[in-house]
Amino acid sequence: MKKIISGILILAIAAATLTACGGGASEGKSVSLNGSTSMEKLAEILAEAYTIENSDTDITYDPTGSSAGIRAILDGTSDIGLSSRELKEGETGIIATTIALDGISIITNKANGVRDLTMQQLADIATGKVTNWSEVGGSDLPVVFVGREAGSGTRDGFESIVGVGEVCKYDQELTATGAIIAAVSANENAIGYASLASVSDTVNTVKIDGVEPTTQTVTDGSYKIQRPFLFLVKEGEEQSQAVQEFIEYAKSDAVTEFIKLAGVVPSAR
Amino acid sequence: MKKKHIVEKIMQTIFFLCGTAAIISVVIITGFMLVSGIPAIAEIGIIDFLLGKEWKSTGQDPKFGILPFILTSVYGTIGATLLGVPIGILTAIFLSKVAPPRLAKALRPAIDLLSGIPSVVYGLVGMIVLVPFIAKTFNLASGTTLFAAIIVLAIMILPSIITVAQTALEAVPKEYEQASLALGATEMETVFKVSVPAAKSGIAAGVVLGIGRAVGEAMAVMMVAGNVANMPNLFGSVTFLTTAVSKEMAYASGLQRDALFSIALVLFGFIMVINLVLNKLLKKNKGDI
Repeated sequence: MKKIISGILILAIAAATLTACGGGASEGKSVSLNGSTSMEKLAEILAEAYTIENSDTDITYDPTGSSAGIRAILDGTSDIGLSSRELKEGETGIIATTIALDGISIITNKANGVRDLTMQQLADIATGKVTNWSEVGGSDLPVVFVGREAGSGTRDGFESIVGVGEVCKYDQELTATGAIIAAVSANENAIGYASLASVSDTVNTVKIDGVEPTTQTVTDGSYKIQRPFLFLVKEGEEQSQAVQEFIEYAKSDAVTEFIKLAGVVPSAR
Repeated sequence: MKKKHIVEKIMQTIFFLCGTAAIISVVIITGFMLVSGIPAIAEIGIIDFLLGKEWKSTGQDPKFGILPFILTSVYGTIGATLLGVPIGILTAIFLSKVAPPRLAKALRPAIDLLSGIPSVVYGLVGMIVLVPFIAKTFNLASGTTLFAAIIVLAIMILPSIITVAQTALEAVPKEYEQASLALGATEMETVFKVSVPAAKSGIAAGVVLGIGRAVGEAMAVMMVAGNVANMPNLFGSVTFLTTAVSKEMAYASGLQRDALFSIALVLFGFIMVINLVLNKLLKKNKGDI
């Protein structure tokens, strides 16, 4: 049974890849998006909202990861690249537009007294240097660090911002934000991370360097564990009408509600 | 007369097609597993893949060693079998030989129900009840461990073992048992020295089914095992072959995704070997009676 399901999954993935390739670069009324898996929800909501008003435009999205998205626009295989991280030093010749911001909340169990951590303490917890809550001002309990599976955009975002890529020592790896929140709310020792919009009051959110994660602090940049959701196009290249219009649409105030619907924070406009 | 003949032919064709559907599925799935699983193994190298102790699929310098998953699956299955098989066989003996018929009749539906419970429900109960209980009992920081997975799997394989073993025990000819009793053996002596040996091929079939289910289970295990790619440790967070595939599939790309297919291929191989070995065992046992 499971094999059949995975078989169907493969076919679906193959089909998705094919359609994305068919999108091609800037021809007629089609826009091809390629990149970050974390932006999947946002991209789909924006694409759907846009095509309701512009039914003659065909928008395709290929979730390949931020780096692959950047490569795709430089190679000219896609119109718009999606990146859920800032561009790196060597990645030039790209015009980036911030569409939204994603805050990653650090969550602990309700019974946990630690409400404030510095970035360094958080990194030490993630790498396993701190193994007891008493080392960061809590009670004498072991630390259980809960995170997402390899390949998850939230995990990648957390690890790169906190600076603990590839050296994290997880106690549990779960495959959904909801599962992380459930695990943290069930275990007194647990600490985990989850997208800002998904956090409910079943867990505590921890201040980082004294700043509470809220829509406000993410927007003004004072909450540090956040990342931009970028739309990228190649510099010095004439974009098709449809591509320009779609980017303008994504920047406009009209989409504020849709961006919130996707669980992220609209960037300052 | 002629019409009857045509109907006969048509029905034969339909039955033939139905029969081939299953076989074609097996052939297609096997072919698909081989085609999609081999490239990554070839790229990583079979020794590095099967015996590598580190799995870092998304690192700058990715590592694709699945020994932790293989050992976890092996230990987990052995553990679940050690716990589940004795309980299952003794339950089957109780139901078929010891319990008053009315009690057995009442218990049977309960066991059937146990086999019908979706695995996600086992996982959920394991996550909410068993995991915190293990953490408290063994004074662990986190209860999501190989041990929790073993207990959940042991319970999950019980129905297959009980149902098949019970059927086998009930099929033992009454004369065998009557002869044993007539010769002065007690009830228990009769059960363990006559009925169980006579039904051993059926009991073995139940154990096969159970082991197969334990090896292939993903959902329930994912919810209680912690899913970190550690080498197996009874009270540590572990990843099984099944959960290694399912947890990373959603966002995997490139070599990572191909490697997940390779893990599935290894899992597939495991199930094949288990089936072959135990089928052999069954045939041998049939000769004994």
